[in-house]
Amino acid sequence: MPLSRLAPRLLVGAFVLFGILYVLVISTPSTGVGGNWRTTNFGSALDDPASFVRVLLDGITFAGLLFIVASGFSLIFGLMRVVNMAHGSFYLLAGYIAYEVQQEMSGQGYAIPGTDVNTWEWVLPMLVAAVLVALFGLVVQQALLSWNQGQDLRQALITIAVSVIVADQIIAHFPRHVFAGAARGGGNAVSLTWPGWTNRLVDLHVWGVQYSLARLCMLAIGVAVGVGLWLWLYRTRTGMVIRAGVDDRQMTTALGINIQRTFAIAFVVGSALAAVGAVVGGSQANISQGQDGQWLLNALVVVIIGGMGSLLGAAAGSLLYALVFSYSASYLPVVGDGCCTQYSVVSTFILLALVLAFRPQGLFGRAG
Amino acid sequence: MTRAATKARVERAIGIAAVALAVLAPFLFTAFWLDAILTQALIFGIAAASLIFLSAYGGMISLAQVALLGISGYMLGNMVTARVPGGETKGLTLGWDPTLAIVLAILITTVVGLVFGALASRSVGIYFLMLTLVYSVIANVFFGSVTQFGGFSPIAGVNSYTPGFVGDMVNDRQRLYYIALIVAALVYVLVRFVLRTPFGLVLQGVRDEPVRMASLGFNVPLHRMLAFGLGAFIASLAGILFVWWQGQIAPGDLGLPATIYLLVIAVIGGLTRVEGAWLGALAVLLIDNQVTNRIPSDGLPLIGGSFNTIIGAVFLVIVIVSPDGLLGIWERLWSVGRHDGGSDDEPERAQSQVIESQEGALGTS
Repeated sequence: MPLSRLAPRLLVGAFVLFGILYVLVISTPSTGVGGNWRTTNFGSALDDPASFVRVLLDGITFAGLLFIVASGFSLIFGLMRVVNMAHGSFYLLAGYIAYEVQQEMSGQGYAIPGTDVNTWEWVLPMLVAAVLVALFGLVVQQALLSWNQGQDLRQALITIAVSVIVADQIIAHFPRHVFAGAARGGGNAVSLTWPGWTNRLVDLHVWGVQYSLARLCMLAIGVAVGVGLWLWLYRTRTGMVIRAGVDDRQMTTALGINIQRTFAIAFVVGSALAAVGAVVGGSQANISQGQDGQWLLNALVVVIIGGMGSLLGAAAGSLLYALVFSYSASYLPVVGDGCCTQYSVVSTFILLALVLAFRPQGLFGRAG
Repeated sequence: MTRAATKARVERAIGIAAVALAVLAPFLFTAFWLDAILTQALIFGIAAASLIFLSAYGGMISLAQVALLGISGYMLGNMVTARVPGGETKGLTLGWDPTLAIVLAILITTVVGLVFGALASRSVGIYFLMLTLVYSVIANVFFGSVTQFGGFSPIAGVNSYTPGFVGDMVNDRQRLYYIALIVAALVYVLVRFVLRTPFGLVLQGVRDEPVRMASLGFNVPLHRMLAFGLGAFIASLAGILFVWWQGQIAPGDLGLPATIYLLVIAVIGGLTRVEGAWLGALAVLLIDNQVTNRIPSDGLPLIGGSFNTIIGAVFLVIVIVSPDGLLGIWERLWSVGRHDGGSDDEPERAQSQVIESQEGALGTS
């Protein structure tokens, strides 16, 4: 291999190696030069293995959530070449719908104690949100996207317009269950509540790490979605048609298959996945205006890294993005008294840059 | 006389009239209109011109132009503002010489643009759109979270620090208007000039036939990268004017809503010709100004919501009806009744319909 091609690879290799060594051995919790910053919150993996495992679990469980949202985005893109810029808006809309349903069911008012929510009171809001958002996605696809197939930039602009309208309407109407006396709407932060039984720590018997069961559930749901999607795509007739459509749309149509119906199904499933992700994400953190953009970014980064329209790519992209995010947030230098570094978004950019510099089509994407 | 020649003559007349009107504007409009509508339209127009330059002549729709505008504004804000005794100023408060700061802000933004462009140069069409959107969100999060550069709250009072030849940007708003007008004119001339250079011609070749240009021996990614750098340079000029106009810069100025706002301006103006930038900016700001005042405080009747619902709907209609925006409608008016498609019209046809012509973009990547 010539030096010009070898050099950047070596550079990247050295960079990644340094990152791993930094986390494993080099980083120390000591105060740095000037006294106003620390290299990390805790020591390297050798100093503090429990924290290392906790950050690892944070990354993997976050990857589960990322995968749920990004796989829906990737499915729609892979089949129809539609970049659904409203995917984040679907996420946000679903989060607020699920919140309202959960509030109606539990009847507790604004903040629900975790112990008061049973499994059904968590699953039903998710189903309602998934069905409603999937219907909305179907309407958008049928009314705005089905007649201009193939004009991918125009379709992206149309979904951007949809996202602008949806974001504004959400601010106008949600949340509807608010503190007594507070005004409705405004897109304020609300959170969904996990079922009560998930509200405990599990002892993992690894360096005494106790870990949140709710976060482990998040990972389990992500894995379940992945397995479900795999079975659907590789073991059913619809899945076969979808894969054929991804490979060669014209040929699939020429075989007499109604690809328009398949498109509609894929859009419905993709939108519903955004809704499932929103319920999981809204239970773990919260739902507030502005998250539509954040989740669109998350989905974009995952599929750009992993490769468009590939299930495996979405999984790999989620894992890589989540781990880099999680480790850089915990192990990069901290300034002042803050808990976390301010620079973790830079590492997202570096990850993106490294992947794109070597594989413009993403890790598992096919060229062209 | 051929129809195309008539059209060129009409356009030239409109152009001269528009420039004359712009020069005389301070004497024709109230101070509010001049400052809130016209100056802002010129500044957003410059930013939109960088977007349209990339889309019309490079075939790349970039959503990173607002981020680049913001980077330039942030660099200027961090470098010129000084630590005021007793008062708290955000950012690095370096207190450097304003002229030096302006040059450095433009330089840094252009370099960032070249790096962004180098990374995105092998992506086309929809991939390019997504990647530049990611740039934009990353820039927004970066400036929103890194407290050294300002953090969540804005860097204020930037326009009190201007070089002598620029003058007082806080009170003399008419002067700001003329500066924005001159910069806008220079940007327009620059874009028109670049298109006639060998670089501009190759760029347009790359837009239409990247594979053929590559096999002719042209370095396609390099031309895309340089074009992106030029776009960043234009956006950085808009950034500096924007900070002078607004006085401060905050993370929200480069957020997703702002990114989409600029895209709406560019699309409504028309993504096919650089003139559309100022047309779109003026149209959107007029709608913004006229509509926002009339919306009741409790939201729009029946559906609720604010100005964004209306501009979203307008954007939707424009993309569906005339993806080439207002200039697209203008071009269409001139081709009404033409069936044979004379040869003199061909080059323009090839240029129009940027959005629709991206159909095959995936195949050529």
